[in-house]
Amino acid sequence: MKGFIYKEFLHIFRDPRTMLILFGMPIVQVLLFGFAITNEINNAGIAILDESKDEMSIALTDKLLASGYFTLKENLRSRDEIEAVFRKGNTSLVVVFEPQFSSRFIREGQAAVQLIADASDPNTAHLLSVFASGIIRDFSGDISIINKPPLTIRIQTNMLYNPELKGVFMFVPGTITVLLMLISAMMTSISIAKEKEMGTMEVLLVSPLKTWQIVSGKVVPYILLSFINALIILLLAYTVFAMPLRGSLLLLLAESILFIVMALTMGIFISTISNTQQQAMLLSMFALMLPTILLSGFIFPVENMPDALQYLSHVMPSKWFIVIIKQIMLKGLGITYFWKETLILALMTAFFLIMSIRKFNVRLA
Amino acid sequence: MDQIQAIEVHNLVKKFGNFVANDNLNFSVGQGEIFGFLGANGAGKTTAMKILCGLSKPTSGKIRVAGYDVTRQPDKVKKNIGYMSQRFSLYNDLTLKENFRFFGGIYGLSASEIKNRTVQLLDRLGLGNDSGKLLSSIPAGWKQKLAFSVAIMHQPRIVFLDEPTGGVDPITRRQFWDLIYEAAAEGITVFVTTHYMDEAEYCQRVCIMVDGRIDALDTPGNLKTNHHAANMHEVFLKLARKKST
Repeated sequence: MKGFIYKEFLHIFRDPRTMLILFGMPIVQVLLFGFAITNEINNAGIAILDESKDEMSIALTDKLLASGYFTLKENLRSRDEIEAVFRKGNTSLVVVFEPQFSSRFIREGQAAVQLIADASDPNTAHLLSVFASGIIRDFSGDISIINKPPLTIRIQTNMLYNPELKGVFMFVPGTITVLLMLISAMMTSISIAKEKEMGTMEVLLVSPLKTWQIVSGKVVPYILLSFINALIILLLAYTVFAMPLRGSLLLLLAESILFIVMALTMGIFISTISNTQQQAMLLSMFALMLPTILLSGFIFPVENMPDALQYLSHVMPSKWFIVIIKQIMLKGLGITYFWKETLILALMTAFFLIMSIRKFNVRLA
Repeated sequence: MDQIQAIEVHNLVKKFGNFVANDNLNFSVGQGEIFGFLGANGAGKTTAMKILCGLSKPTSGKIRVAGYDVTRQPDKVKKNIGYMSQRFSLYNDLTLKENFRFFGGIYGLSASEIKNRTVQLLDRLGLGNDSGKLLSSIPAGWKQKLAFSVAIMHQPRIVFLDEPTGGVDPITRRQFWDLIYEAAAEGITVFVTTHYMDEAEYCQRVCIMVDGRIDALDTPGNLKTNHHAANMHEVFLKLARKKST
């Protein structure tokens, strides 16, 4: 057993490509997702077309700019300039105040502000408009309080748990999930398929080693490496991106191990149905990686998907794991809040384990 | 003479669905014997061998290897056999020494046993100075001989060789057979499948399989006399022709 695990480490450390995937990728991915692929709003360029230039429109403009989300790029003089300013590319939102803004607001209790967003980037456009309307509603609330206190309803938009709407907080759990999946499932399935392809699997099967010894000999090194990887990613998230860890670190690590084991059983299962490394790799790519990235809620929120895809996302183990990580890291909740997700992961592990054992036996018969 | 036979096979049948791969095989192999298992591709020799090694289960029949029943005592069987497959079966990214250590460890040899056997086997091959080299840097013919050495490292009672000399040049094949003779001289039973008829001449007894059945089983000498053939190649052709008429 010990010799087996040692040998497996030698395989890993002697293959530079494997090493690169194991340790280079996590770091690069986290940094990439953290820095480059964010949809945070931070000093988005806006332009203002103020057709009234009165007390209230100026006050509102100040409030918008003071929020820190927006930077004023340009003051426009007419509507004709709106398109030109978008074309310049540094402006993603234009705020238009109608003429006689203050007087209409006070007299008729209603005044209009138009928000024009550059929706060629729909996510950002949506976010910007939501932010701006929040601020405007807030502003109108303030005014209403002064004028007719008993009647006003103050709308308060409050971004819970991630008040700065930091994309990193969203991406780190996803990245951990994807990487653990990749390393655990793909690497194991490839390494087992490799033994099959090379003919060494037969030799191992003829030897006095039990099946479980062969499988755990292959899997244990990857559990260790995946776990180290999870630590690296968390450390990066914590130091570079100041991602909070509000819950228990121990619980988080325990859940990570559960997920790693789950991914490993998937990897074993894949290797039982593929005979070559390439087959194993393609299967892992298409059956695991793409759905993990696309359907787990990592990049696209599950709630926005069509029903059929939402159902499909329920069978993605990663979806449940992402929920768990977020609950622990961002909300600081305990196991009582996500025992269901944990149970689902455990059941999935059992399912793949049983399937793999059955497959394995069929092959031997 | 009540000596335990190395391999005893009674009424072995193996079916894959409707296809009968092994049709009622009966034979036995004595301890220390070099036993050749011949046949065209698809004649069922690899299937039979896999059953003997415990890689596959028989549909029916009674099979004893090294004195143990393969279906009921597979663990005991496995401890007493060595196996070398037709595909090359060592790790290319490990050094020679590491390969030996790994396979020795699998068979439960102690560290000092592994050391002794490694030195002994590598010296016999004349590779004593190359033990730290990666296997991938060793020529193909040598790898085959190394794989054989690894298969007999734990001094099994029987070693199974599945077309061990496939794709190897005649000189290396000759050297490979020298190794087989040495092993047999140490008392290891050698069960070898091949489709090189010249190799059949090296075996003490050969068994020729055609379409899942045993067509002939005798010493190469007897087979040649009985079939009035000059060499094993002719014997094989005559058997194959007899079947097609």
